[in-house]
Amino acid sequence: MDNIAGHKSSLTWAVHISVVLLVALWLFPTVGLFVSSFRTADQIASSGWWNALFPTEQSLTLRTDSPEEQVQQDGVYVLEGNLFMVEGREAAPISSYGTSSRDISAFAPGEEAELRRGGTITVQENGDYRLVSDEEIAGGRGIRIFVTAEIPPEFTLRNYDTVLGQDVVKRLAIYIAAAAILWGVMRYTLAAQPAIVAQGAPVVGGLVLLVLLAATIGLSSGAAEGAQTTDDMGRAFFSTLTVTVPATIIPIVVAAFAAYALAWMDFPGRALLIAFVVGLLVVPLQLALIPLLKLHLAIGIGKGYLGVWLAHTGFGLPLAVYLLRNYMAGLPRDIIENARVDGATEFQIFTKIILPLSFPALASFAIFQFLWTWNDLLVAKVFLIDATGQTTVMTNQIVELLGTRGGNWEILATAAFVSIAVPLVVFFAMQRYLVRGLLAGSVK
Amino acid sequence: MHPALQGLLTIVIGVGSCIGYFWASNQFLDRVLFPARGPNAGRNINRANMIRPWLFLFPALFALTLYLAYPVFETLRLSLTDRDQGGAFIGLANYTQMMGESKFWEAMGNNMLWLIVVPALSTAFGLLAAQLTDRIGWGNIAKSLIFMPMAISFVGAAVIWKLVYDARPPDAEQIGVLNALYVWFTGNDPAQWLTIPFWNNFFLMIVLVWIQTGFAMVILSAALRGIPEETVEAAIVDGANPFQIFFKIKVPQIMPTIMVVWTTITLVVLKIFDIVFAMTNGQWGTQVLANYMFDKLFRANDWGVGSASAIVIMLLVTPILVWNVRQARKEMR
Repeated sequence: MDNIAGHKSSLTWAVHISVVLLVALWLFPTVGLFVSSFRTADQIASSGWWNALFPTEQSLTLRTDSPEEQVQQDGVYVLEGNLFMVEGREAAPISSYGTSSRDISAFAPGEEAELRRGGTITVQENGDYRLVSDEEIAGGRGIRIFVTAEIPPEFTLRNYDTVLGQDVVKRLAIYIAAAAILWGVMRYTLAAQPAIVAQGAPVVGGLVLLVLLAATIGLSSGAAEGAQTTDDMGRAFFSTLTVTVPATIIPIVVAAFAAYALAWMDFPGRALLIAFVVGLLVVPLQLALIPLLKLHLAIGIGKGYLGVWLAHTGFGLPLAVYLLRNYMAGLPRDIIENARVDGATEFQIFTKIILPLSFPALASFAIFQFLWTWNDLLVAKVFLIDATGQTTVMTNQIVELLGTRGGNWEILATAAFVSIAVPLVVFFAMQRYLVRGLLAGSVK
Repeated sequence: MHPALQGLLTIVIGVGSCIGYFWASNQFLDRVLFPARGPNAGRNINRANMIRPWLFLFPALFALTLYLAYPVFETLRLSLTDRDQGGAFIGLANYTQMMGESKFWEAMGNNMLWLIVVPALSTAFGLLAAQLTDRIGWGNIAKSLIFMPMAISFVGAAVIWKLVYDARPPDAEQIGVLNALYVWFTGNDPAQWLTIPFWNNFFLMIVLVWIQTGFAMVILSAALRGIPEETVEAAIVDGANPFQIFFKIKVPQIMPTIMVVWTTITLVVLKIFDIVFAMTNGQWGTQVLANYMFDKLFRANDWGVGSASAIVIMLLVTPILVWNVRQARKEMR
């Protein structure tokens, strides 16, 4: 046994290191996208995102002040100022500079450089320059100076302004805070209610407040640059939300009743029906696309929100019924039989006893369905998005951005992160229920 | 009307009418049709209880049948008819046409490759992660970070990994991490990873493995915890080393769970669409069945061949379907 105990400590270190490596490997790509969404296009193009946290050597093309500001001192013309101030940039230590694009690091800071058009310039490390010329300095714009400088890490919210519209992030933060306060207050006042009300109602209330605030006050304080993407991504966010919420709630209600019947009512053909549901669990939804699209077009639903809600409801039902039935079948028999003996109707048993007790299973299905509908591309493409382009979802918007702006990483990364952020919040907040649902669905 | 308000209204109407339906139909059954009063009270209660399950089941069964069961047969029928001639029965012509296309065989071949690689790698990484994280204090945090990609959409993942695979011209600074490492280690010119024939399939598969490993880990970790302590202790007493314990004691005991994980990921792989659609759209020899079908349906507008390829996906799924149903029936007995 000594042997094993001694072995263990060295092995434990190996385990710790392997897990650190594994987690780093799994996190690295996502962090890359996250960091990139806070960098400017220039920064993304000039260095890998992993350099974003460190100061980087960058070559900049700066200009002196306009020659109009030159002054005559002791018979020579002098132009003085700071290269960084001209462009309104943060000052950064200059390591070398040049006056020609062919040799951009010809001179060290403090050295005097000859200008091609006559005169000399001296650039200090902090960007101060002094241009001296015997003749009057000509030209309308300042003279180009190429500097190499240590640029400190710099992050910006500008990409979010471009993708979503001005001030959206700020306003959204305020609305979310308001919704969170409402959630807290409702949670506190409803604490004495049954679990399903105490936990469910505040979430619903908070979401409704959030949507109302966003719909009435609006999210954007005005048209931003790049209006094309702005409108589309902001609108796509709300389209996605509009698709997701009903598509999550309706199947739960429908499935809960069916699951109760399959779990606790006795009738011929029950086992067959359960097998039917299990079978449908794996039917690829690819098969449903053409017949249902034809059906929707034939009965007049066409392409639109109603169609996509119905489709998501249908596709989500097998898992909902299966998960809920398994959970309900595991509830103690005594409770239900006692209630029956006491004269409760089946409807009362279901709403007053089964539904509140099944809250964990309802929550785990709700999370599955939410993630699946939010992240879905195929169903939206077939049942929602028509030729007019009036309705769209974020996943589709991102795919289109990939096609049209494949190189604009600042736009792509930000758009993708906006669409990922909501599921990630839900994931980390409700992970417990997600894991429980996965285990109920798979481990038998 | 604003779509968001429309959505809220739909929730209210949808949920309201569902609950209203259940309540009203139960009331009707108990009060009007078979009231538990009068001379036939006993018979009425029995009859009401025979009908009630179907009231509870009806909306779900209706939706399931309409949205999943009926389309299977309708797709089968469509795959045997010609769309242009008003739906005339043309036998297996769509299938023969499909078999003659090299893109179809490319999609089949790639799908088989995906079927082998993705479930195997995801399960292996998941098992490794489960075994390692169960032994350490901060294992739960590590687990939740490895599990996180599950919440990310396939499209989001495609963007994330496109950034990883990004290639810049040889003289520029590389911003894709893979090329940065590649150039740094080998000194070669950066590679366009997604256009290298055959190997680009693997670069796409990595994305799905990255997503599915967390799922495998969560399930397998629960299974590993369920292993009886005595079996492991007995092995230690017998002098087994940690690797022997893992491979000879633990893995055989969780084999059924490994099978479940494997088949679940297989199902995801068979339906894989978004990743290929967003990253390469089937170019450079990366076509897969679901994307091929989408192409046929909505680009070529050929519903016959599109349905035929959907049926091929269904055929590939069928063994798992049968196995699942048999498992479920076995449990119920």
